[in-house]
Amino acid sequence: MVVKSGRFGQFGGQYVPEALMAALIELEVSYRKISRDREFVRELNHYLKNYAGRPTPLTYCPNMSKDLGARIYLKREDLLHGGAHKLNNTLGQALLAKYMGKKRLIAETGAGQHGVATAIAGAMLNLPVEVYMGTDDIARQMLNVFRMELMGAKVIPVSTGSRTLKDAVNEALRDWVGNACDTHYLIGSVVGPHPFPLMVRDFQTVIGREVRKQSMKAEGRLPDHLIACVGGGSNAIGLFHPFIRDPVAMTGAEAGGHGLMSGEHGATLCGGSPGVLHGAFSYLLQDENGQVRETHSISAGLDYPGVGPEHSMLKDAGRVNYIAVNDSDALSAFRYLPRREGIIPAMESAHAVAAAIQMKDDLSRDDIVVINLSGRGDKDVAGVASLQGGVP
Amino acid sequence: MTRIQEAFSSAGRPLFIAFIVAGDPDFERCVAAACALIEGGADIIELGVPFSDPVADGPTIQRADLRALCGGATPEMVFEIVRRIRQYSQVPVVLLTYYNIVLHRGISRFYREADAAGVDGILIADMPVEESGPVMKVAGKTGIDQVFMVCETTSPERLNRIFENAKGFLYLVSHMGVTGVLPTLPAGATAIVRDIRKKTSMPLAVGFGVATPAHAIDLYRVGADAAIAGSAIVAIIEKHRDDPECMKESLKNYAVSMRVATDDGRGGA
Repeated sequence: MVVKSGRFGQFGGQYVPEALMAALIELEVSYRKISRDREFVRELNHYLKNYAGRPTPLTYCPNMSKDLGARIYLKREDLLHGGAHKLNNTLGQALLAKYMGKKRLIAETGAGQHGVATAIAGAMLNLPVEVYMGTDDIARQMLNVFRMELMGAKVIPVSTGSRTLKDAVNEALRDWVGNACDTHYLIGSVVGPHPFPLMVRDFQTVIGREVRKQSMKAEGRLPDHLIACVGGGSNAIGLFHPFIRDPVAMTGAEAGGHGLMSGEHGATLCGGSPGVLHGAFSYLLQDENGQVRETHSISAGLDYPGVGPEHSMLKDAGRVNYIAVNDSDALSAFRYLPRREGIIPAMESAHAVAAAIQMKDDLSRDDIVVINLSGRGDKDVAGVASLQGGVP
Repeated sequence: MTRIQEAFSSAGRPLFIAFIVAGDPDFERCVAAACALIEGGADIIELGVPFSDPVADGPTIQRADLRALCGGATPEMVFEIVRRIRQYSQVPVVLLTYYNIVLHRGISRFYREADAAGVDGILIADMPVEESGPVMKVAGKTGIDQVFMVCETTSPERLNRIFENAKGFLYLVSHMGVTGVLPTLPAGATAIVRDIRKKTSMPLAVGFGVATPAHAIDLYRVGADAAIAGSAIVAIIEKHRDDPECMKESLKNYAVSMRVATDDGRGGA
C-alpha cells in the first residue's frame, strides 16, 4: 500500500529542510532493519504485554447495543497504560531510538496524552524526554503537564503562532534539526515526513490485529463497521489498516468544532484541501494563500490542521467515510457513554461514539460495530465540569 | 547568463546577500528596507515569503513572518515588492519560500508570476532535491534559477543530485540548526565551505548564523563567494520599525559595513 518513495498514492513525501534529510534517511534505514530484528520484536511485545497491558479488551456494550439496534463493541484502548492508545507508538519508537543509539527523546503534544505516553516510555527505557507543548494547551491540560513532570520529562512551553499542537510540532522539528545526531523525534501520530506515517501506523496496527482475533472469537466473523476519531489519525489507521482488504465499512470522525460552515473546526479531510505541512503532502486546513489556518475543537487532541497522508489516500479512494462531528454532539456522547455503559471516553473518542449514534438509522440488528475507544476521559472531566459551571 | 550568474562573475570580489521578509512590517517599509540595503551595498536581495509555519527559521524570522502576515502579506504583495525593487535597482532578487505557498498558488502560476515580476532565483526551504521534480520542470521553462541548500550532513550521492539541479548558487547552511544570530560564526561554517569548494565551481553562499563583517570575512577567506545575513537585518527592522528614517539609516549602515567586508575578503582565499 505504500510505495518505495514513501507515498500513499500521491500523498506523503518528505518536505523538510535539507538539514533533516540525513536524519530521515537514517531513521528509515534503521527502522527497516530493526523492525525485522527478532530481539527488537520480542522485547517490544514483552513491554506491550507485561508493561502496557495488551491485549486490551473488546467490550460488548449491551445498553448501547439496545439503544442503537446493533451489536456495539468498544475497543478498550482507554485501558492501556497511560490511558490512551498512544503508548503503542511511544514504546515502539522509544525502543527503536534505543536500538539506534539515540540518547534523548523529544516529542510534541496537544492534549498531553502523547507527551505522557512519551514520558512513560522514556522513564521506563531510561531515555531523557523533552516535550514541546503550546502555552494555550499547557493552560487547559495542567494535569497532563504534571503527569509528564512526575515521570521526569521536561515540558517546554511554546508561545509562538497559535500556541497549540501545530506550533509544538514546529518547535520539535526545529529542535531535531539541531540535534538529530543524538536525539530521536518521537512524533505522536501518523503525520510528518516519511517514514513517520508508515512507522507510527505499523506500531498502532496492533489495535486492529487484536480486533480481528477478538471479533472472530466473540462473533465468529469480522465486524461490519469500524469507527474511530481522526485528528492526525493514528488510532484510526491502527484500527482500520488490518481490515483494508476486507468487506468492512469504516468511518473516521473528525472534529467538526462549531460546524464546517463556521470555519471553526479541525475537520481536515471534510473541510480542507491538499497541501504541505510538517513534511507531508496531505489534506490541510489552509486559507486562499496557502497559509495554515487555526483550528478549533472541544478536544485538544483533534485540534490540528493536518492529517496523516494515508487517510488522505483512503478518502480519495472512497475506502473510508470521513464525517465531521460537532463539539455539541461529541459532548453529548461524552455524557451518554458513562451513563449507559459506565465508561468515560476521552473527548477525542467521544467523537467516534457520537458518529456511531448518528449512524443509528442505517444499522441493522445483526450488524457488528466496533468503536475505537482511543482514550479514557479523566483528563476531560474538569473541562466538561467547568462548561457546566464548575465541579459542585 | 542569468542576472545571478552575472553578479557573481562580474564583481571580482565576494558578494553580500541581504535577507528580509517580504511585507515586514508592511509593504512600504519593506520596500524602503530593501532599497536602503541596496543603497548600502547589498549585492543580492533575498526576499522571504512569509509563511505561517516556518520550520527552518528561528524566533527572529518567525516574528517577522507573523508581522508580515498580520500586515496582509500575500503572494501578490511579494511580487509587487519585487517590481518596486526592480524600479529602483537591477540587483538580483531571490525568493526564499516554503513549499505550500508555491503549491497552493499552482507551481506554474507562481513561477510565471515571479518571472514576470523580475525574480531571479527561488529557494524552497522545505523542498529537498528528492521532491523537486515538479518544480524543476517548471523552473526550467522560466529564467529563474532554482537554488538548493547544502549542509554538513548532505551525503555525497545527494550532493551530486543537488549539483545536477541547482542553478545560480548553492546555499550552504553554516550549522545544523535554524536561522538566527549566534555569538560567533558556527565552527562548521568554514569547514563546509572548504569541503564543497573542492567539489564544485558553482558560487557558494553561506547563511544561518552569519551576522557580522567579521563572520563574512572568515567565510570569504576560505573561499565563500557570498555571505548571507538574515536575522541580523530582520532584528534591525524589528527594532526600528516605528521610525522608518532610523530604520533605513541603520540598515544602510549595516549594509555598508558588510559591503566593506567583501573588499577585505577579496583574494583572501
